Amino acid sequence: MGAGHAHTLYRHGHSPVHRLPPHCKLVAVLGFVLVVVSTPREALWAFALYAVLLAAVAAVARVPAGFLLKRLVIEVPFVAFALLMPFVVPGEQTELLGLSVSVPGLWGAWNVLAKGTLGVAASVLLASTTELRSLLLGLQRLRLPPLLVQIASFMLRYGDVITDELRRMSIARRSRGFEARGVRHWGVLAKTAGALFIRSYERGERVHLAMVSRGYTGTLPVIDEVTASRTQWAYASALPVLALGVCLLGWTV
Amino acid sequence: MSTVQPAAAAPSLEVSGLAYAYPDGHQALFGVDLTVERGERVALLGPNGAGKTTLVLHLNGILDAGAGTVRIAGLPVEKRNLAEIRRRVGIVFQDPDDQLFMPTVREDVAFGPASAGLRGAELEERVTAALERVGMERFAARPPHHLSFGQRRRVAVATVLAMEPEILVLDEPSSNLDPASRRELADILRDLDVTVLMVTHDLPYALELCPRAVILGDGVIAADNRTQDLLCDEELMRRHRLELPFGFDPRSVAVPRP
Amino acid sequence: MHVPDGFINAPVSAVAGVVAAGAVAVSLRGARRELGGERAAPLAGLVAAFIFAVQMLNFPVAAGTSGHLLGGALAAILVGPFTGVLCIAVVLLMQGILFADGGLTALGVNITVMGVVTVVVAYALFRGLTGVLPRTRRSTTAAAFVAALVSVPAAAVAFTAIYAIGGTTDVPIGKVLTAMVGVHVLIGIGEAVITALTVGAVLAVRPDLVHGARGLAAPLKLRVDGELVDAPAAAPAPAAARAHSTRKVWATGLVAALLLAGFVSYYASANPDGLEKVAADKGIDEKVEEHGAADSPLADYGVKSITDPRISGGLAGVIGVGVTVVVGSGVFWAVHRRRTRQEPATTSHGSV
Repeated sequence: MGAGHAHTLYRHGHSPVHRLPPHCKLVAVLGFVLVVVSTPREALWAFALYAVLLAAVAAVARVPAGFLLKRLVIEVPFVAFALLMPFVVPGEQTELLGLSVSVPGLWGAWNVLAKGTLGVAASVLLASTTELRSLLLGLQRLRLPPLLVQIASFMLRYGDVITDELRRMSIARRSRGFEARGVRHWGVLAKTAGALFIRSYERGERVHLAMVSRGYTGTLPVIDEVTASRTQWAYASALPVLALGVCLLGWTV
Repeated sequence: MSTVQPAAAAPSLEVSGLAYAYPDGHQALFGVDLTVERGERVALLGPNGAGKTTLVLHLNGILDAGAGTVRIAGLPVEKRNLAEIRRRVGIVFQDPDDQLFMPTVREDVAFGPASAGLRGAELEERVTAALERVGMERFAARPPHHLSFGQRRRVAVATVLAMEPEILVLDEPSSNLDPASRRELADILRDLDVTVLMVTHDLPYALELCPRAVILGDGVIAADNRTQDLLCDEELMRRHRLELPFGFDPRSVAVPRP
Repeated sequence: MHVPDGFINAPVSAVAGVVAAGAVAVSLRGARRELGGERAAPLAGLVAAFIFAVQMLNFPVAAGTSGHLLGGALAAILVGPFTGVLCIAVVLLMQGILFADGGLTALGVNITVMGVVTVVVAYALFRGLTGVLPRTRRSTTAAAFVAALVSVPAAAVAFTAIYAIGGTTDVPIGKVLTAMVGVHVLIGIGEAVITALTVGAVLAVRPDLVHGARGLAAPLKLRVDGELVDAPAAAPAPAAARAHSTRKVWATGLVAALLLAGFVSYYASANPDGLEKVAADKGIDEKVEEHGAADSPLADYGVKSITDPRISGGLAGVIGVGVTVVVGSGVFWAVHRRRTRQEPATTSHGSV
């Protein structure tokens, strides 16, 4: 999971999806994923429709399909888990490509893969059309505890700074001929982690001083507040509402 | 303390008899006396460990004086005045990454005035004005970590200017700057009409920007004079581990008159 | 480790969400105390950024494979349990929203398993061991090793328990448990070695920064304070007041969790023919049911022998509440420990 974290998924753009207020998008994606998770697995067509809905959003947002698909790699560990299911789940057996697999296991695997994939795709769409800053504003608007938003905001502000420090330390190690090859080198790497912690903590103390020097008393002043018009909410709700329709059909058909 | 009583004429900074020991017992300041008049630009010189940072942290009440007093434009640095003191004293820390903690440049510059209660158009105006003074108005919407080091230092100065401070305190303003950024920052600082206290090891920079300099040594003000005279006093300089760059002769440059 | 959407059914995900929210609420208060009031935001933010970065530090195992630190135990020991939970929760939240790592509906499960369980188990063990062992750096490192070693399989057990209640497919729970715990004991060994070495590295340079080992640096001063802390009248009063308010938040969270768990299990049980219908349906383990909002926790319930939906739904609720109580008491115990031990350290710190 490490590699993907260095860069955010945001893709700059001016599509209608990019312009939607962040909290509307957050609510829409959460609603959509909730609906997907609540859909009966037997309604295969419902999942196909969900995929079509997401594809439509991606098209409006001008997010290329390749970009979306690449990000699904994040699921791999659970794909492995899902692929095991047909073999370990007890129940009626059936033949598939000459292997004996269990029917409930197949359903289980399908369920996890379909819902998981739709969930990742929806999150990727959110992340690729919403800037970091506006995501934080969205969370703030959704009344997440201010301290939590502040911590998240500091984490994002200094994530790069600290990752850079980590990279410099690694370069310094390698310049002196050290290459971590196995367990015996863990001591050196742990020293790196320890040093990184000390640097991070001390930077936290300095940041605090800088904040106090400019009048900080425990709460960040709200400088920007995002707002959404009725129309924007209506736009944003299109995705979860349509999905809910599909889901309800799935339960009744 | 001072003979001049009216608040308008009170010096920007007035430190008298300041002594301080850290909680672990290590004493850093042994009775500092320093007065900086309004509009003056003063360099605070001294070797590592002389107590420069400790002194700076007293100016806006982050550290409590063990003995002695600090006054900013006549207002004593005390618990009940802290909000006003921190508005009046703008400290630019050494590492701009520590200073720029908000997600965008604009919000960072707005942080100080917004903490003081400013909102809306007035806040916006203050932010734009501060960014214009350091020539960074085009970068308002950018996240700080997308800027070069020199740009970040200039934004750090803007974050403090936005509070319209009585006195600007700069901790090693020229460190890690390439020559061009160093000169650009000097141009900005020279044009500011606020009192400046500049903590630095960069002696040519001190000479260029500050007509007056003081040397902090062993926790007291060991010398206080025209910058050029101080730098020319080789014996004094050697005693305080202050060294001029190779080939630099402080006598050879024309400097602003105090 | 990040659980995706669709792995755990909706009601159990919701209960886990409430548990996670409660734990975060308690931690928000606790972290202010651990880090000293207004310092909480920048310090916790930087520690979260550290956890985020350190998860990228690859530890080569052998032949091209490598692992990385999960960081729950490390955070608990270095900055304390509340800040630890908070930091891991923020890291998971950001990973879910920004990197699509871990499902949004599974966020509660992820925070509960990787944040709360790991941190609480690790911290409880660490404090227990450092209390028993002689007060030296070596035993601090050893305690960190054991704490991290146990915390990882503990998280695996917690995940299996959640899966047993709300997994969307009835994989035999015994097998899941064996597999999960087996794999995670291995991971735990790696985590333990790295955590212990890292704690050791910090102890060697800045022992004062290791939250779990404060008092090692200046044993004389602090230990005197620590033992006589009952005597001065000024200190305990505000401490009691703060603990009281923490208790209030904790109690509110627990009540909310109970209500929701009860509501969900009742709601689930209201479906009259959950498993009978499933059983009748020639092996397909779940069938379209009448209600439209959610999978019921019992529709996929792992224990086939329980056929009465109300009993099994109730069971799900009870287990949910059980987990809540265990987690809650763990947190409460930690609050209690901290209140008696750390009070002097915190106050002296806050004065700067």
